[in-house]
Amino acid sequence: MKVVLDHLTKRFPSRSKKSREEVIAVSDFTFEIPDGELVGLLGPSGCGKSTTLNLISGLLAPTEGRIFFGDDEVTRLPAENRGVGLVFQNYALYPHLTVRQNILFPLQNLRGADKLTKEEMNRRAEEAAELVQITPYMDRKPAELSGGQQQRVAIARALVKMPRVLLLDEPLSNLDARLRLQTREELRRIQRETGITTIFVTHDQEEAMSICDEIVVMKDGCVHQIGRPQEVYDEPVNLFVAQFLGTPPINVFEGEVKGGKLLIGGAAVLDTPGIPDQPVMAGVRPEGFVLDEDGPLACRLSRVEVMGRDITVVCSHEAFTGTMIRAIIPSESQVNTASAEVRFSVKPGKTRIFAKETGERLRPADA
Amino acid sequence: MEENNRKAWLYLVPAILFLGVFLVYPLVDVFVYSFEEGYNFASQSRFGVGLYNYGKVLHDVYFLQAVRNTFILVIITVPVSTGLALLISLGLASIPKLKDLFQTIYFLPYVTNTLAVGLVFMVLFRKTDYTDGMVNLLIRWFGGPTVDFIDGPYWAKMFVLCFYTVWVVLPFKILILTSALASVKQDYYNAAKVDGTRKWRIFTRITLPMISPMIFYLVITGFIGAFKAYSDAVALFGTNLNAAGMNTIVGYVYDMLYGNAGGYPSYASAAAIILFVIVLTITCINLMISKKNVHY
Repeated sequence: MKVVLDHLTKRFPSRSKKSREEVIAVSDFTFEIPDGELVGLLGPSGCGKSTTLNLISGLLAPTEGRIFFGDDEVTRLPAENRGVGLVFQNYALYPHLTVRQNILFPLQNLRGADKLTKEEMNRRAEEAAELVQITPYMDRKPAELSGGQQQRVAIARALVKMPRVLLLDEPLSNLDARLRLQTREELRRIQRETGITTIFVTHDQEEAMSICDEIVVMKDGCVHQIGRPQEVYDEPVNLFVAQFLGTPPINVFEGEVKGGKLLIGGAAVLDTPGIPDQPVMAGVRPEGFVLDEDGPLACRLSRVEVMGRDITVVCSHEAFTGTMIRAIIPSESQVNTASAEVRFSVKPGKTRIFAKETGERLRPADA
Repeated sequence: MEENNRKAWLYLVPAILFLGVFLVYPLVDVFVYSFEEGYNFASQSRFGVGLYNYGKVLHDVYFLQAVRNTFILVIITVPVSTGLALLISLGLASIPKLKDLFQTIYFLPYVTNTLAVGLVFMVLFRKTDYTDGMVNLLIRWFGGPTVDFIDGPYWAKMFVLCFYTVWVVLPFKILILTSALASVKQDYYNAAKVDGTRKWRIFTRITLPMISPMIFYLVITGFIGAFKAYSDAVALFGTNLNAAGMNTIVGYVYDMLYGNAGGYPSYASAAAIILFVIVLTITCINLMISKKNVHY
């Protein structure tokens, strides 16, 4: 089932009584989610990603715009008739019911022609439990399960009624780091097996990048970029997207473009044909640095972190906007730790230039 | 460790002393009195020891009347007041706008003096030479026969007492249930909504189980409170409750000690112990039921 959002907008009346100003939670969101894909809504807290999810689920009504599931318009359809499965951040499992009763709950709501027999319900519940691998815990209460197990129960409960669309609100944020890794693989597997169009909300870019077919980067209610994870990572449309994706984050320098060259701290770092002269922000991915004795970028070496797989060089530069530059170089590289200075050149494919005022991406003519 | 222990005991001494003198000792004493036949305060004398007091009390028509009244009161007011409070709290929860105003109004009886409320009920129900009371005026308006609610038939008086009790205990129950309802997380309702759960099913399968600990708390304290009813009856029917046929068990105990027919601490003690046993039994039954039905 493809999901289409057409100029979706949600405004909330202001909390304070004095100002009449409305809060725009989601602004003019247009997007078509292809059938069977896993899409991540990604953004910092308060960017409107959960609101978008609630609009799709039907728990909130949009101020403007339309929502389609397949060819059916569902904008005015109440939540219960949309056929969505929703997994909440805190799972919202009914604490007084056993796992089995929790999973059966949505099925017991079915009425009329959809009504199932007891055996059919039990069979479907067993199936869902098997899919998320919680069969041994069917007769326990949620409080007797670990966070990861509760999460699986919540997913089983959402899947058991065979929804057209599966929605997950920060599904992994309540899990510890190891479990999060494991569960996100699990999530991916379940989504692949069921083939249900899935939208999930997260503020963790790594999570989104690792399992999504497509990610939507949002900020302040506006969609900044939509695309395949690698595409968004490699070709961010603006500084915000560039900074939001990637760990360690992109290293941003103040600089300028002059005569077709990018200057950082006065040194020409890169050829930038076609970009008019102006002050810019230059972002270099950690893996975009190349150790180079004659490199244009001279940094004060702070320390070297050996990770085994690669080496992180922590250093500083006067034009750098943060506190410490983190450059990741191959483990074979030899860094002279006795020296106070380390010199780099940068890879053109890992360096992105943004207008200083607007933060918009500036593309050289050859790229 | 030793040092700490001694300190802890030292801190506890004042409380233990007071509780011992004013609570534990009298409790034990009541128990002892109830077995002493013909005990006399003034001369500190008694005829003997035995179960005579219990036999006497259990054959006293006034005591039996008091037990009957108390049980009727308990059986009617506890379910009615809890049910009403639940209805009103649900109503309050669904009207966000005037909620505060109504909450205040519903809470007023709680902070109003029992006797003042009793006076208001007099105005509502009492028949005097000048007026039949507001309620009777209403009944007559609709063409019904007037009833003397204060000095009239037994059912009318019992109705007034139950009405009064329910009205007085409602505010506290509404207060507790409103906060219990507010503490049920919205996510549960959202989850149920997405799954297409009907309203009634949400109420019985989600809301009720979630607030069941509070409901049982109210039922248990409600039972205990209703068994101890006395001042309400006095506020409505005056101090001579036996004459009005509206005495309660606590009222009987009081009468046996200080009433016109008073001066019988042994009988009063026996009656008090009987009340204690009744309350204990009912509370145990309540707890047993709640273990089965209250979640978490």
